[in-house]
Amino acid sequence: MKVLVPVKRVIDYNVKARVKADGTGVDLTNVKMSMNPFDEIAVEEAVRLKEKGIATEVVAVSIGVKQAGDTLRTAMAMGADRAILINVSDDAGTDIEPLAVAKLLKGVIDAEQPGLVIAGKQAIDNDMNATGQMLAALLGWGQATFASKVDVEGDTLRVTREIDGGLQDITMTLPAIITADLRLNEPRYASLPNIMKAKKKPLEEKTAADYGVDITPRLTVMKTVEPAGRTAGIKVASVDELLAKLKAAEVL
Amino acid sequence: MAVLLLAESNANGLNRDATARAITAASTLGEVTVLVPGAGAAEVAGISGVSRVLTAEGDGVAHGLAEPLAALIIGMAADYSHIVAPSTAMAKNVLPRVAALLDVMVIPDVIAIIDADTFERPVYAGNAVQTVKSADATKVLTVRTAGFAAAADGNTAPVSPAPEAADPALSAWVADHIADTDRPDLTSARIVVSGGRGIGSEENFALVANLADKMGAAVGASRAAVDAGFAPNDWQVGQTGKVVAPDLYIALGISGAIQHLAGMKDSKVIVAINQDEDAPIFQVADFGLVGDLFTIVPDLTSKV
Ligand SMILES: Cc1cc2nc3c(=O)[nH]c(=O)nc-3n(C[C@H](O)[C@H](O)[C@H](O)COP(=O)(O)OP(=O)(O)OC[C@H]3O[C@@H](n4cnc5c(N)ncnc54)[C@H](O)[C@@H]3O)c2cc1C
Ligand SMILES: Nc1ncnc2c1ncn2[C@@H]1O[C@H](COP(=O)(O)O)[C@@H](O)[C@H]1O
Repeated sequence: MKVLVPVKRVIDYNVKARVKADGTGVDLTNVKMSMNPFDEIAVEEAVRLKEKGIATEVVAVSIGVKQAGDTLRTAMAMGADRAILINVSDDAGTDIEPLAVAKLLKGVIDAEQPGLVIAGKQAIDNDMNATGQMLAALLGWGQATFASKVDVEGDTLRVTREIDGGLQDITMTLPAIITADLRLNEPRYASLPNIMKAKKKPLEEKTAADYGVDITPRLTVMKTVEPAGRTAGIKVASVDELLAKLKAAEVL
Repeated sequence: MAVLLLAESNANGLNRDATARAITAASTLGEVTVLVPGAGAAEVAGISGVSRVLTAEGDGVAHGLAEPLAALIIGMAADYSHIVAPSTAMAKNVLPRVAALLDVMVIPDVIAIIDADTFERPVYAGNAVQTVKSADATKVLTVRTAGFAAAADGNTAPVSPAPEAADPALSAWVADHIADTDRPDLTSARIVVSGGRGIGSEENFALVANLADKMGAAVGASRAAVDAGFAPNDWQVGQTGKVVAPDLYIALGISGAIQHLAGMKDSKVIVAINQDEDAPIFQVADFGLVGDLFTIVPDLTSKV
């Protein structure tokens, strides 16, 4: 079974995003970019399925600027066998909406015929938490979102999902889509030899036109502003002082 | 304009608070029909601002499975300009699927409704707020409940079954593992007490729980505490966990990473107890207490 993993190049999770003064977006010049952390978890899960002999091939796909090729190399250094880059923009600030991403991924899936797709639960830049669900809808496949445990038995998938209040177990028949949550696994670091090897793995480049997909956004971003900030308060010296302050603030 | 609102309900019952807050948001857009999967229809019918309640049964819909719920909503979608739900794990599972089937873009985590097509939503872990205008025929959105007051009781809306829809049978529900608790719900509690990696172990989390119980508070946690197994996953507060905005948020042994702040920085009053005086959490805390939580928290619990 082939496993497909969509990976997104995003602002590094350690960097605090800065809003541009003119309200046109977030300033990404000279900002460290990395693989979306949830996608590292997704790649790790796919590679583990290959190591268990369940997956035969792991294909990573990214949609974005040319530099997303670096993100795909990282995925291949972690163990993905090959990669597809759909080059849709020259500007890192142009975000492709989940609906368009899902349509492009559907195009890839129609051609590649994977048995399983493992995406991240959420991209930490747009915080949409939507692409996996939208892709499942377009394909007419079952979806197991927010997965914290995955077992493949023949063509049945058993997934434990993180839900409000606790956990949920569901089963699905393949092909299907999983979105990875934080507790699914702890992703490996790519070793230097594997980083070198990844440079020689195949990376195919495509465009949106190759899949006949219109990526015009449905949501126009009218403006982007910084949220109302919070200022640091005071330090108190004791529990008694803290309690007095909380009573004065009428929250106790 | 007519709004279809997906209630936060399942076979076990209704989350009245989340549903009532979403009803407040939805009422500004038009007449609200509420779809109640599983239990809770009578309770929803009593909430002001609801014009009609539709019920849906069946194993899949009553357990929040995306495929049958999306099929059900799609069957009804033509009658509505907006499809709305509170931003819960259930709605985040279902509404993007609905949106894709309608060939529209979902608008997640709305914090303000400007007009019928224009909404505000946080991005980049809440470090930026976007105003987005939708060009789609049907608007499919989830709303952050903290941003809207809960609608009051005082209504008797009619209740009837939703039109039948075939379950695509792409997935099957096996079991839910939900902890029984008398504590208030994390996202609607007036006070939240959260513990981080500094708590050190699952046993030590009793310190957090005892303080919370004494205050009638809900218990939260940082990702580090959940990953380490100190606390269950559904206690995680943050960018990728629950977003809370209580009157009082108390952070114990939490450093204040961007991702954690994203889930609690709209709280009215924030208290931080941490032994590191430079911990970033103090930059958002109204009241900070520097010191060892293992001596401070028992003292606080006995005096509160
Ligand atoms: C994709 C992604 C998503 C994430 N989502 C979330 C999220 O939703 N929510 C979230 O919380 N995090 C999230 N994180 C993780 C986040 O980046 C931080 O790693 C996490 O919040 C740190 O948790 P912490 O503050 O408990 O631990 P630490 O950063 O280790 O802080 C522990 C604190 O405890 C203090 N301490 C230790 N011992 C004591 C003591 N005896 N007395 C007093 N103080 C003490 C220390 O001084 C320190 O400040 C996410 C990360 C990623 C990459
Ligand atoms: N541009 C993209 N390229 C590749 N994968 C993507 C892209 N956007 C989203 N994804 C996938 O979809 C997941 C959820 O993203 P989102 O719905 O944008 O929050 C991510 O974790 C990725 O697995």
